[in-house]
Amino acid sequence: MSRYRYLIAFVTIVTKEITRFMRIWLQTILPPAITMTLYFVIFGRLIGPRIGEMGGFQYIQYIAPGLIMMSVITNAYANVVSSFFGAKFQKHIEEMLVAPIPNWVILCGYICGGVARGVIVGVVVTMVALFFTDLRMHSLWITGMVVLLTSVLFSLGGLLNGIFARSFDDISIIPTFVLTPLTYLGGVFYSIGMLPPFWQKVSLANPILYMVNAFRYGILGVSDIDVATALVVLAVFSAALFAVCLALLNRGVGIRT
Amino acid sequence: MHALEIRQLTKTYKNGVVALKGIDLTVDEGDFFALLGPNGAGKSTTIGIVSALVNKTGGTVRVYGVDMDTHLEEAKSFIGLVPQEINFSQFETVLDIVVNHAGFYGVKRRLALERAEKYLGKLGLWEKRNHRSRTLSGGMKRRLMIARAMLHEPRLLILDEPTAGVDIELRRSLWDFLREMNAGGTTIILTTHYLEEAENLCRTIAIIDKGEIIEHTTMKRLLAQLNVETFILDLRKPLAALPGLDGFGLHRIDETTLSVDISKDRSVNELFAQLSARGIEVASMRNKANRLEELFVRLLAENGPSEAGARSAPRAM
Repeated sequence: MSRYRYLIAFVTIVTKEITRFMRIWLQTILPPAITMTLYFVIFGRLIGPRIGEMGGFQYIQYIAPGLIMMSVITNAYANVVSSFFGAKFQKHIEEMLVAPIPNWVILCGYICGGVARGVIVGVVVTMVALFFTDLRMHSLWITGMVVLLTSVLFSLGGLLNGIFARSFDDISIIPTFVLTPLTYLGGVFYSIGMLPPFWQKVSLANPILYMVNAFRYGILGVSDIDVATALVVLAVFSAALFAVCLALLNRGVGIRT
Repeated sequence: MHALEIRQLTKTYKNGVVALKGIDLTVDEGDFFALLGPNGAGKSTTIGIVSALVNKTGGTVRVYGVDMDTHLEEAKSFIGLVPQEINFSQFETVLDIVVNHAGFYGVKRRLALERAEKYLGKLGLWEKRNHRSRTLSGGMKRRLMIARAMLHEPRLLILDEPTAGVDIELRRSLWDFLREMNAGGTTIILTTHYLEEAENLCRTIAIIDKGEIIEHTTMKRLLAQLNVETFILDLRKPLAALPGLDGFGLHRIDETTLSVDISKDRSVNELFAQLSARGIEVASMRNKANRLEELFVRLLAENGPSEAGARSAPRAM
């Protein structure tokens, strides 16, 4: 098949993915907006003034980038894991497996679907944040790069989960027991400078810390870690996970008998 | 040219089940080919490997001369698959399902929409194009899978029990559609448990049992192997005693029903002549069983009992 035909197949997968999550916007787009509204009201408006400033900013401004990033992470992940496992469960993944599409095209299609949902939810949550506080853009380039790389990385994570999942329980284990704790401990609500030295070092092993801080740098211009290091970590992990997912798809793990 | 060429194809599942024991199979371009066998014989595994849904253990598969090991995408582009189980999203509309399928094969959207109208129209689904697939009846879902498989106009159409569970009227309309596609040059491979379906549609037949091909010939040659056919005779009046007939095996089912074995060297005219001479009036006459069904059962019996311990019974229509 020519590259143009691969492009048609890729666009078809992406369109199908975006149509899927937009069709069920009450389950995919609205809940993060409501959840984040509650976070801004409770942590920003009610508790925030009692905490005072953090990193030179009002507390609500400090947590806003972390909350936006948390929405991007969870939605990019959830989109791909639920869509891929749903396709396996209903067997309509076979539509793609029998078609003359290379696995890298299928992989890129799912990643773009996850990125699209992550970015759309990120924009919606940013608009919610702007109701509660002012946000300036310190670096559009860094902000855009971090959102893109983070949603790519977690789309790949969702796909990896979807490949190995055999039941609906399997697709909720990782978000519940791994993703949520790492996100909450990834500096969304606090600066790791507040932690004792030992826990500061432990926090550096949490990849979400790099994403939250790099994104916070893009918006506010402050970060607990080196932004260049964060971008390199994101790019390396994304590339590695892409290679792992592609190898698994090529071997037919979880999708072929 | 062979539309499909399978050599020494083997498949052993992870649980140790040997599904295919090195089968060889060829399907000529333009043929209407039946792949028959009892449940668990290896039909769906074979189709799964050809359509890249199942990883083979060994052997080679070529589609229109293209090796699936070295040119997988090119080989897959020739094939259209209608699987045994419903495998489209229950939340998408009929039109989205077929147009997306075309997109996966690199067909431009405008052409895909034209073909969608053509094939959904032929299969009586165009009026349902904006309905979600989960609202369709079972028969409509079957037709949708056939329409979907035709959207990229494959040279080789593989149908895995396409008429299972559909009513006779719909089944016959699907037969007409498949005959039309075959007449238009599409090679068709059909698996079915309805042996009359295979006998009516197919020109070549392979029977697979316990992972091996036990028969691979033309339908005409296979049916020619049948030496004796059994007919059921319904009589106008009750019969007091079974008459002796010269050259025909006659058996009494009840007092107004007889079964008679007619070998290939005797004619039905001779039978009726002898019955008339004895004053026996026949109201109606029918085949006891489908001819292919008789051969199928005989071939399986000759191949020994199934490893699972029981044969699945083929269904007469």
